[in-house]
Amino acid sequence: MVTKPLTKNIDMTRGPLAIAAYESADGYQSVQVIAGGMSPEAVLQLVRDSGLKGRGGAGFPTGLKWSFVPQGENSPAQKYLVVNADEMEPGTFKDRLLMEGDPHLLIEGMIIASYAIQASMAYLFLRGEYTASERALKKAIGEAYDKGLLGKNILGTGFNLDIVLHTSAGRYICGEETALLNALEGKRATPRAKPPFPQVSGLWGKPTIVNNVETICNLPGILTYGVDWYHGLTKGSDHGSKLFGVSGKVKTPGCWELPLGTPIRELLEDYAGGMRDGLQLKGFLPGGGSTDFMLPEHLDLHLDYAEIASVGSRLATGTMIILDNKTCPVGMVGNLMKFFAHESCGFCTPCRDGLPWVDEIFNEFESGRGNEKDLQILHEHVDYLGPGRTFCALAPGATAPLGSGLKYFAEDFQRHIDEKCCPYKH
Amino acid sequence: MSSANTVKHSDVIASTTTRARKLTAEEIKEIEHEMTLYPDKQAVGLEALKIVQKHQGWVSDESLLGIARYLDIPAADLESVATFFNLVYRHPVGKNVILFCNSVSCWIMGCEGIKDHIKDKLGIDFGETSVSGDFTLIPVPCLGDCDRAPVMMVGEDLHRNLTPEIIDKIVLDYQSN
Repeated sequence: MVTKPLTKNIDMTRGPLAIAAYESADGYQSVQVIAGGMSPEAVLQLVRDSGLKGRGGAGFPTGLKWSFVPQGENSPAQKYLVVNADEMEPGTFKDRLLMEGDPHLLIEGMIIASYAIQASMAYLFLRGEYTASERALKKAIGEAYDKGLLGKNILGTGFNLDIVLHTSAGRYICGEETALLNALEGKRATPRAKPPFPQVSGLWGKPTIVNNVETICNLPGILTYGVDWYHGLTKGSDHGSKLFGVSGKVKTPGCWELPLGTPIRELLEDYAGGMRDGLQLKGFLPGGGSTDFMLPEHLDLHLDYAEIASVGSRLATGTMIILDNKTCPVGMVGNLMKFFAHESCGFCTPCRDGLPWVDEIFNEFESGRGNEKDLQILHEHVDYLGPGRTFCALAPGATAPLGSGLKYFAEDFQRHIDEKCCPYKH
Repeated sequence: MSSANTVKHSDVIASTTTRARKLTAEEIKEIEHEMTLYPDKQAVGLEALKIVQKHQGWVSDESLLGIARYLDIPAADLESVATFFNLVYRHPVGKNVILFCNSVSCWIMGCEGIKDHIKDKLGIDFGETSVSGDFTLIPVPCLGDCDRAPVMMVGEDLHRNLTPEIIDKIVLDYQSN
């Protein structure tokens, strides 16, 4: 029985499977299921029943998202699927593995998602720096067209689908789904007001679903092996398997497909090999740079959306960034603040003006000039830049490591003030 | 005071009919292909910027105006897009662009020391091009290869687990002569 549906074909010591080998490994079976007469409504119901949640960061139920797309005679004939392959969240390196390792899985998933929402056009929005992913996807898309899996009247179903591989030109904000749509339309990638939500009025004003790469890669397994099989994958309360990564000063950093609900300790100690010799775990961001710090005392929690949320953080992308006891937590948060300040799109004031101010204060701390007033301003910005204060989630994302860093590493901030230098450098 | 030979940026944008560079046949062919993939010309604008950059190395004001005129879209709109995206270069760059990841995992793994080594070796900081014209150094958001940090790209190639010794070798491999 397949236990690792996302990575079963991936072996990074060789190139990805060509289409014939992919097909022999149950590849494109889900398209055969559709060709066998499964309706778009039935596909959508299956995905709802699977309990799949979005793997891009927000964790929204995929089937529910799809169900918001208007269907029927009075709905716009043109609908779009957009795949968010703009992986740029600091410390996140999972979608790269899927695209370089098994591009056909993503294409198969895109066919399923497009069919379910009745989109005849799908854009794959790939970050420009992912040149190896681009080469792998181009080849795979070409093979899928040659086999009649893309194009007109796919496998005699009457369903048409074209996939356009769009390589982007940078900027973290493009990962925000409405900013991504603006980028695809050739505009400045500033986020759009919601509502209307993209499901109703998205790309060029048409109903549009934006899904993350890993989310889409879950779909072939659900159709091929069924919902019961999918429900059997997990060890926790959320369904399916997920890619989990660990970076930082551990013995064997990497990215692995594990059941949701796996204990954090198992990921860190058994897979990532534990901390490097002479170092201790001081804290970690569980799912990329926009998540709240967690502490060693949280290691026995499970990699599960609700369980991580119970201690004020988010599972998000599932790629962990490890802080060791010899790396300065103030410096680490400062690095993240510089990133967010640099990547603000500049549209709304709290983010555009607030983040550079926060960044500047971290520079003061780094050079030993930080004071109590600075510390107070940082605390205030956790609120000023928080959820509900800004146009999109970028600045609230920045407040996650900021607020939790101030809380958990208060002593380190204080030492920077008292000792007038970074204590980790002296 | 500007002489007759210098043209202020705003003047160039204002005189869209006189300063535009005529796009090459190859550029036009590729832009026409993109027009089959998107339903309107504005979307093709960003694609055209990338195409021109691929052929010319960067996007000059003259090129930008050439694109705007060819697609019949406002130059100011295209300019606002061109300056927004960090992979569109509005200044000349070296033969090899180094996209240096300075995000959090690379920072933890010591990318600042690697950057200092590049700075010493090539005599350039972020945003600068080496005297030889071989390298331009630009910071880039997380390159998504964090388990092999620190990392950077040179042109289209990704380089991992960087050390000063690896940097020395990369410089030798990519430099002219």
